[in-house]
Amino acid sequence: MIKLENVSKAYSAGVPALNDVNLEIADGEFVFIVGDSGSGKSTLIKLLLKELEPTEGTIIVDGRRLGAIRHKQIPKFRRNLGVVFQDFRLLKDRNVYDNVAFAQRVIGASVRESKRKVPVMLSMVGLAAKYKSYPRQLSGGEQQRVAIARALVNQPKILLADEPTGNLDANNAWEIMKLLEEINERGTTVVVVTHNMDIVKIMNKRVITMKKGVVISDVDGDFNED
Amino acid sequence: MFSLASMATMSACIFLFGLFFAIVTNFEAMVKEAESGMAVTVLFDEGITQEQIDAIGQEIKKRVEVSEYEFISPEQAWEEFKGDYFGDNAEAAAGFADDNPLANSASYAIYMNDISMQPVLVDFLEGLDGVREVRHSEVAGRTLTDFNSLIGYISVGIILILLLVAVFLISNTVTTGIAVRKDEIGIMKLIGATDYFVRAPFVVEGVLIGLIGSVVPLALLYFLYRKVVFYISDKFSFLSSLLNFLPAQKVFHTLVPVGLVLGVGIGFLGSWITIRKHLKV
Repeated sequence: MIKLENVSKAYSAGVPALNDVNLEIADGEFVFIVGDSGSGKSTLIKLLLKELEPTEGTIIVDGRRLGAIRHKQIPKFRRNLGVVFQDFRLLKDRNVYDNVAFAQRVIGASVRESKRKVPVMLSMVGLAAKYKSYPRQLSGGEQQRVAIARALVNQPKILLADEPTGNLDANNAWEIMKLLEEINERGTTVVVVTHNMDIVKIMNKRVITMKKGVVISDVDGDFNED
Repeated sequence: MFSLASMATMSACIFLFGLFFAIVTNFEAMVKEAESGMAVTVLFDEGITQEQIDAIGQEIKKRVEVSEYEFISPEQAWEEFKGDYFGDNAEAAAGFADDNPLANSASYAIYMNDISMQPVLVDFLEGLDGVREVRHSEVAGRTLTDFNSLIGYISVGIILILLLVAVFLISNTVTTGIAVRKDEIGIMKLIGATDYFVRAPFVVEGVLIGLIGSVVPLALLYFLYRKVVFYISDKFSFLSSLLNFLPAQKVFHTLVPVGLVLGVGIGFLGSWITIRKHLKV
């Protein structure tokens, strides 16, 4: 479960990036967070990853109060989260298999375990045949699939996706969304930050709308942009 | 590429350090030798008995700054004088055969282990009963002491500058290396890599750079030192009484471990400190 209680975040003395945000996301939910640039969506993701500390308020992720997690404990906490970014963030000098296996190596998994899990993940995202390809040899959609496989190979309970379709054409964007929905159906909580309203409307999921750091609406299905 | 640049930087610093160390060690050894050759001479009152001279000798022996002392009888003094001034002209000296002109010139020649204590020793000796005169070279003593201090200050100064330059350059090259792999570090941290996992390869790299960057210049210095000492001793043999070089083994017995510790230490510290600020993600 993800819970934010009266969370505010100010970068400087100016306008706060988040202002007194309260929200709750249950285990196994699929949630879109939408809003214009500067609405505080990315700040919210960074707070959930404990990349940033809130100025005020309490954040609870998977039963852990983030304020109580010390620097040394952050890696262990992050292993419960999978993250996907707009720019994929793949290692350009490694092939598809190694990019996914890298996440396993980081958590100290054995080579044997990696050899078992990585092909399963690559099959799930539909890239088993391209395991030897390098990122430059893949399309944007394929690169994002590799990033999703990497995010999921350690079996996190929550997947955070920050504008995962931002660099993709409509077809690839739709493919990625279907993949995220499949992942959610297997039990993973999925939080997607996006401003692709067409997809949000079609997906018919819970949508949290933010504006200038404040949650202005929170609707479950039947999302209406107005 | 960056590792190569770091290694070259490290090699240059350790080479300069080693060169400086070899020069300073030799200088110090030469100054020490000059010091040990400088004697304070104590002359006695006329009519002093041998017992009194022995008693003065016992007082001198108790002093910690005295490394050794030697009694020179009037006969020894005359023999030495004859050798120095009459040389082969033994007939000229024969006139003094039964009348030693240096009959009252019995003395102690005192050698010191710390020339800076010379004024204290001279004061002490002048205060002893039966001592007529204490001969010493105040200027030479002070010059040697000052020279020793100067070498000490310059050594510390240059070593500090070299260390700072080395740490700065290594830190810079590691920073460049990290900038290239910044994305990789960011991904590692977000996936859940520990600081140790991220830091380890950079630190190992830093230590290896330090190790290779110190072994190469030390080996180069070793051969260079032997060649230069041999060349100078061979071509400028007239300088051999002035320049008495230490054997390579003696210089490198200290220089090798110090150089290796410096190289590895700088490599370790440089990479550790530089990576630290990139771990706060």
